[in-house]
Amino acid sequence: MATPWGGLPRLGASLSLSCLALAVLLLVRTAAAAKNSEDVRCKCICPPYKDIPGHIYNRNISQKDCDCLHVVELMSVREPDIEAYCLRCECKYEERSSVTIKVTIIIYLSILGLLLLYMVYLTLVEPILKRRLFGHSQLIQSDDDVGDHQPFANAHDVLARSRSRANVLNKVEYAQQRWKLQVQEQRKSVFDRHVVLS
Amino acid sequence: FSFYTGAMDSRGFQQGCFNSFQSSSSDEDLVDIPGTAMNFSLRDDVPPLDGEIEEDKSYNGGGIGSSTRMMDFLEEPIPGVGTYDDFNTIDWVREKSRDRDRHREITNKSKESTWALIHSVSDAFSGWLLMLLIGLLSGSLAGLIDISAHWMTDLKEGICTEGLWFNHEHCCWDSDQVTFENKDKCPKWNSWSQLLISTEEGAFAYIVNYFMYVLWALLFAFLAVSLVKVFAPYACGSGIPEIKTILSGFIIRGYLGKWTLIIKTITLVLAVSSGLSLGKEGPLVHVACCCGNILCHCFNKYRKNEAKRREVLSAAAAAGVSVAFGAPIGGVLFSLEEVSYYFPLKTLWRSFFAALVAAFTLRSINPFGNSRLVLFYVEFHTPWHLFELVPFILLGIFGGLWGALFIRTNIAWCRKRKTTQLGKYPVIEVLVVTAITAILAFPNEYTRMSTSELISELFNDCGLLDSSKLCDYENHFNSSKGGDLPDRPAGAGVYSAMWQLALALIMKIVITIFTFGMKVPSGLFIPSMAVGAIAGRLLGVGMEQMAYYHHDWAIFSSWCSQGADCITPGLYAMVGAAACLGGVTRMTVSLVVIMFELTGGLEYIVPLMAAAMTSKWVADALGREGIYDAHIRLNGYPFLEAKEEFAHKTLAMDVMKPRRNDPLLTVLTQDSMTVEDVETVISETTYSGFPVVVSRESQRLVGFVLRRDLIISIENARKKQDGVVSTSIIYFTEHSPPMPPYTPPTLKLRNILDLSPFTVTDLTPMEIVVDIFRKLGLRQCLVTHNGRLLGIITKKDVLKHIAQMANQDPDSILFN
Repeated sequence: MATPWGGLPRLGASLSLSCLALAVLLLVRTAAAAKNSEDVRCKCICPPYKDIPGHIYNRNISQKDCDCLHVVELMSVREPDIEAYCLRCECKYEERSSVTIKVTIIIYLSILGLLLLYMVYLTLVEPILKRRLFGHSQLIQSDDDVGDHQPFANAHDVLARSRSRANVLNKVEYAQQRWKLQVQEQRKSVFDRHVVLS
Repeated sequence: FSFYTGAMDSRGFQQGCFNSFQSSSSDEDLVDIPGTAMNFSLRDDVPPLDGEIEEDKSYNGGGIGSSTRMMDFLEEPIPGVGTYDDFNTIDWVREKSRDRDRHREITNKSKESTWALIHSVSDAFSGWLLMLLIGLLSGSLAGLIDISAHWMTDLKEGICTEGLWFNHEHCCWDSDQVTFENKDKCPKWNSWSQLLISTEEGAFAYIVNYFMYVLWALLFAFLAVSLVKVFAPYACGSGIPEIKTILSGFIIRGYLGKWTLIIKTITLVLAVSSGLSLGKEGPLVHVACCCGNILCHCFNKYRKNEAKRREVLSAAAAAGVSVAFGAPIGGVLFSLEEVSYYFPLKTLWRSFFAALVAAFTLRSINPFGNSRLVLFYVEFHTPWHLFELVPFILLGIFGGLWGALFIRTNIAWCRKRKTTQLGKYPVIEVLVVTAITAILAFPNEYTRMSTSELISELFNDCGLLDSSKLCDYENHFNSSKGGDLPDRPAGAGVYSAMWQLALALIMKIVITIFTFGMKVPSGLFIPSMAVGAIAGRLLGVGMEQMAYYHHDWAIFSSWCSQGADCITPGLYAMVGAAACLGGVTRMTVSLVVIMFELTGGLEYIVPLMAAAMTSKWVADALGREGIYDAHIRLNGYPFLEAKEEFAHKTLAMDVMKPRRNDPLLTVLTQDSMTVEDVETVISETTYSGFPVVVSRESQRLVGFVLRRDLIISIENARKKQDGVVSTSIIYFTEHSPPMPPYTPPTLKLRNILDLSPFTVTDLTPMEIVVDIFRKLGLRQCLVTHNGRLLGIITKKDVLKHIAQMANQDPDSILFN
């Protein structure tokens, strides 16, 4: 029963899995990647004291220099008040990785964009193409699909026809039609019959 | 029996069923197209049996309790035997014994050659490797979700002109122009009004911001629900009720597949960013279980065995909660208490490992900076006083009341969605709810911010360094400490914050009822914690002001000294959050552990436990089940509750089928039925299995055979075996019965027969029967009387009986 191309969907699955693994590795690597020198800060929060207003200082200083005396602009504070002012300040050293954030957002938006394009293709473009290629006889739907204006409505017929030819492209199309049928069944269970996940 | 098979009957399932099993892998059976025989063996979620028959020899049905495996080596096991239909329950006993056989096989072979030894070591190690991979993948996906959700939530308000991918906090991260009073303003971050009409102030700017906020919210919600509808309808909802059912032995094909994973990840970010009152913890558990299921396909040991796979899924659920809260131990306990059905000790250690790896991966991605895992990590350690137990218990009562109210109203609304016209317009429903939420949320600054930020602000203890409205206290003292401040009187900011919080509380209570259960991924933890945190903070500030203005009352003067920090409103918010979450989900230990892992200390364990216990008792007094069990019952899943006692005195013969007026039990005989007889029986009934008896007169039990295995074997025999025709005799015995000459060859089906079915006598109390079903994970149990077969009890019958005894509707149990 094992056809030479029977392993194609396994190949597809392992390809997608390796793509996923690649994305994961990329993410973890950029997280541990070389630290951007602009991605560190020493944040000092100083509450108001007497007539000196409160202020927040963000400086690009290394961890050992991250304390009040290095950071606070001493010009604006008078000599005797410096100590009292600095006692109330809290300084924290923080790091972030802007590269990680950039890469993550780009990955997310590209996957979202691809899915949206595919969705537009499936819902709008494909029915128009099919109608043009196969004529109006294609649109005769079986009793079960009356009123089913969802995408993938004609997957049954396409499946029956594509059984005969045996090249790679048709295998891919067959896999796609099977997937569409599965999604259609899921949609019926969830949205129409309300049997699962109500 | 199988509701699904019954529904498919009208589609010609009976004619088509023999053809449809040709390719023998059960994902195709989900789509039973009459008349089209599948030539390609495509699998999505199912043991690939094609081409690996040689390894399969000892793993398959021949290993069920029989000592004649040597003989079965010569018979090729047929692919497809031993797998399950969609929406059916697995046979735990068979799966576990199959795994034991496989393990014994490997251990015996390992003594033969070095290669076999390496194989046995790698087999033992594969479980740990799988846990490592699950942890890595879940952690990375959680990092992706967190970073993207943060960015997209802030996208509703504005954009960072220097680095479009930064959210508000990170845009102003290294800015010098941040002021103490206004920690959020910096020139690089531009709100929409600033971008569109280049002004920040004024009524028109406010309207532009309002309009853009609502527009973005609607756009995100629309994208989310369309993606779910077009690509993966199983990705909606929380996922935890279905995962609970799957872990108890139910099969829902495609629920943990790769499309569901991708869509759930993407749409979860969209749904959270649209400002809807939902959280991402429940869906993160679903995402982690999908990762677990997908990674199982890389390992033979877990791909072929449904029981072992469920162990992996338990561990994956623990990893999911661990990344959601940054609480590995809490995650394991959540998996143990809420999600899993069977939790052997081996799974405990492996779940912990997976949870730790996931938490560590998330930490190294560092989504929030500062190596924190969760947004609302609490850092104060001020002590609490004994008299404060009274308000904590009050918060517990509030949590319990809210939990019971929420469950009742949410289930009523979901039932309405299930049965009336409301369910026909999911997209419009999502859009309307989003529009209402966005329009009501924008004016109030506490509902405009994302719920996690709200909770983090409420958990925060006010010090000198805070300048938000909630921390606008009047400082009448001369102290240089920045940390522990004495109780201070509230300024005007605090009073206005209280009003706004009260309105936010009412809005959140009402809107969450309609949001949970919509056709987008929606979680429940964060909204419940928000409701509890708001209530707790209100009470805490009230207590604080009372302690300040009436410090001469007996309670306060004995416990609080003047000028010391007595009441911490942040603690009240935390306790309130725990109480509400416990009231809704009825979690006990896992809730307390998650909360104390969030705070990083054991100081607050007693208040948390007091509130959690009180809320659970109050909620249990008002309604029996938690939200997840209520949804399981609403959907009619065959979930046998493991925590409740069966306290009625009925007997097995009151529950068994056939009942008094029904036709007799459909049985097969061990060596006197022809292929045609068996096919007639199969096509005329919809039972999922048949007992095999010695003869119809004696009704002495031989074993039990499953419908699916019968269909596959007969089809296979008709195609492959020489001479098998409709008049061939089928026999289940060891040797063929003596046949007269010139009869067609016989068909031996002993290898699909379960020779050790479980039986009880008809006078066995139902308490024991229910206990057997629970502990062993049975699907059906045969009933005998004086040694002769009398009837059968299935899991569905047990569930219906329990529902009847509890005065619930027994027809709501849909599946087998």
